[in-house]
Formats: sequence, C-alpha cells, structure tokens
Amino acid sequence: MKIKVWGCRGSLPSPGPENIIYGGNTSCVEVSKGDTLIILDGGSGIQRLGKSLSPKVKELHVLLTHLHIDHTMGLGFFQPLYNPNIQVHFWGPSTALEPLLHRLRRYFSPPLFPVRLNELPKHPIIHEINNSEFVIGDIKIKSAYICHPGPTLGFRMTDGDSVFAYMPDHEPALGSANFPNEAEWTSGYEIAENADLLFHDGEYTAAEYQTKIGWGHSSLQDAVAFGALAKVKKLAIFHHDPLNSDERLSKIFEECVTATSPNYDVFLCKEGEVFELG
Amino acid sequence: MAIQPIELILGRQFIDGLSMPVFLVDPEGNLLFYNEPAEEILGIRFGETGSMPVEEWSTIFKPTDIEGNPLPPESLPLVQTLTHHKPAQGSFYIDNLKGEKHLINVSAIPIEGRPKRFLGAMALFWNSNFS
Repeated sequence: MKIKVWGCRGSLPSPGPENIIYGGNTSCVEVSKGDTLIILDGGSGIQRLGKSLSPKVKELHVLLTHLHIDHTMGLGFFQPLYNPNIQVHFWGPSTALEPLLHRLRRYFSPPLFPVRLNELPKHPIIHEINNSEFVIGDIKIKSAYICHPGPTLGFRMTDGDSVFAYMPDHEPALGSANFPNEAEWTSGYEIAENADLLFHDGEYTAAEYQTKIGWGHSSLQDAVAFGALAKVKKLAIFHHDPLNSDERLSKIFEECVTATSPNYDVFLCKEGEVFELG
Repeated sequence: MAIQPIELILGRQFIDGLSMPVFLVDPEGNLLFYNEPAEEILGIRFGETGSMPVEEWSTIFKPTDIEGNPLPPESLPLVQTLTHHKPAQGSFYIDNLKGEKHLINVSAIPIEGRPKRFLGAMALFWNSNFS
C-alpha cells in the first residue's frame, strides 16, 4: 500500500514562499495498491493529483471524511470527473436525514460551482457509509464516526498486515470520558489501534486549543497522546493551521516534542511525502 | 474490548456533567455508565463497579410497587425503551445497596445514531424521595 500526501493543510489553502516545506494544499491523500486507487478527501490537493494520474486509470474511489469545504473544495477541479472513460465513486458519511447525493449537489451547483453533478459526462457513483466495513480492491476499509462537528468519519485501511489510519479532523480530547486513559471511551480508537501509520489532526498548540475547544480539532500534544494510547508505530501530524508558516510549525512541533517526549515516531506531515507500507 | 460509538462517548460526557441522575445503557441493557447523582440511587460508586452487565445491575436495582411487590422487568420504562426503541416514563420504588427506599420517576429515551442506528438508551431520574 502506497500513501502519498497531496495536501495536509487545514481549513484554507495557504500557498506562499513561507509554506514550502509542509505545503499549502488542503486535505488530500492518495492510497494505491496495484490497480486500486483510493483518494482520501477532496481538498485543494486533489487538483494536482488529478493531473498526475496515469491514462490507464479507469476507476477510482474518493472517500470523504466529511463535507467541510476544505475537504471538498477541490472536487470540481478534479479532472477525472470530466473524463467519460473514468468511473469515479464518492464515499461519504450518512446523516440522519439528507442523502449524501443531495449534500454533494450543494457544492456542485451555483453559486458555489457552475457545473452540476448531472452535467458531468459520467455521473459519480455515490456510497453512503457510517460505522461500516467494506473492501476496495485489495484494501479493507473500516469507517467510524469520530468527534468533529457534523457527521465525520475516520478511516482504517488494511492491506495484509499493514494498517494506515486517517483522521485529519478529530478532537479526541472532547470525545473521551477520560482522555487519554480509557481506550474504550475514546473517539477514534478503533480506527487507530496499533496502526503502522496514523495521519491525525494536530492543528493547535496546547495553549491555542484552550480557546478553541469544541471546534473539532486537536492540539499537537493531544495528537501525540492519542497516538500513544492507540499504540501506533508512526504518527504524522496533519491539518496544519493555515496561519502557521514552515518556521512556526517547526518551532511549535519542537516545543511539543520537548513537552511530551513521545516514545514512538512522531513528525509533521509534508505535502508530497510518500509512505510505503507492507 | 468493545469500543463505544461516538454517540455514547459524547452521551457519557454529557450526563457526567449533569446534576440529575442518569443511566446510560447499551442495546442489550448493560449499564455502561451512571453519573454521580445516580450513584446515590444505586448506593454504589461507578468507580467501584465500572460498567455492569444487565444481570448484575438488575440485582442491585430492585424496583417495587408501593406495597413492596417486585415489578416485572417489562413494566420498567428503560426496558420498554430498549424493547420498543421509544421513549417511556413511569414511577416506582427501589431499594438500593444501602437499604434505602427511593420513590423514583424515570424517563427513558432511546439513543439513535446516524443513520438510525439504535445504540442504547438513557434513563433520567428525578423527584426522588429518600426514605
């Protein structure tokens, strides 16, 4: 299973010379194995991903953790949607009432976007999921609702013995009875448990988090504590605050490492980074 | 170890902050959590018991009518809610582990997650009178 980061910025694209190392595109991660192509979230990073695809690709799957704009804003610029020879599947969270198709149409319609879903040359196939288990190609996927405003899923992807977990927007300190001590009562634990690699929200410093509780995101420290609770092997901090430059990100990360002394591999996710599992 | 769904995790957080007694149960009726005011009704602290299977907590929580006659489980609001997935309400007496008799009024509500996943129930108690 190959994992490539096309965007790991949170909330808002942040291009600029001050954001070269970690990148400015919002959430988009490519997961591939043989002919299987899965894309996690449709943030602004999906635009470059779409341009890079092999002409041999005939089918791909976009798994949306949730429909906040930073995770969907790139979809209209995703070239495979305009190629009648490619079948695109959208997978996303169920709500109590409104179908996923209707919620996606809100983006694919004026005034947000000029092209409607039914005007695409090949209509995407829509899959609604919740606490689900399903298989795409050789990759087994488990989804579960996690703590973030609105219906939001985490994804656990298993290829043989390798596990990749993805929770770009997650606030386990709020979604826990006794964080970070009770796995059974911690949001997202079943998604991350013993993963080889976890991409997890770490948008704020611990001090910043105190004024943003309930916004659905984590501090760097809480991300490290969550990764330790779940006994992951590697943690890539994701969803970087758009206000933070490379210099600032490196600084607050070093401060976090000093404060928490993690006994496992923790680092800041970088756009363009590639991981091979298995 | 069963990992609880986010709806129950947030439900536990919510009732943990309430000053009224509340039980949180799963679809099988296992008592997942009860808050500090509910500890007064059961006569035992959650920290001492943790979660309890239905067979265990039903021996602590003995509902009776005013004459002290045991009530059948199916007449209890929480059991009705778990059976029919609908809100239910009722009043009865219980004797707790401390030997205290309580008159309790109970409203039980089902917990349904997205999209219509039945996840358990909450039982809210109020106007309890200590004997």
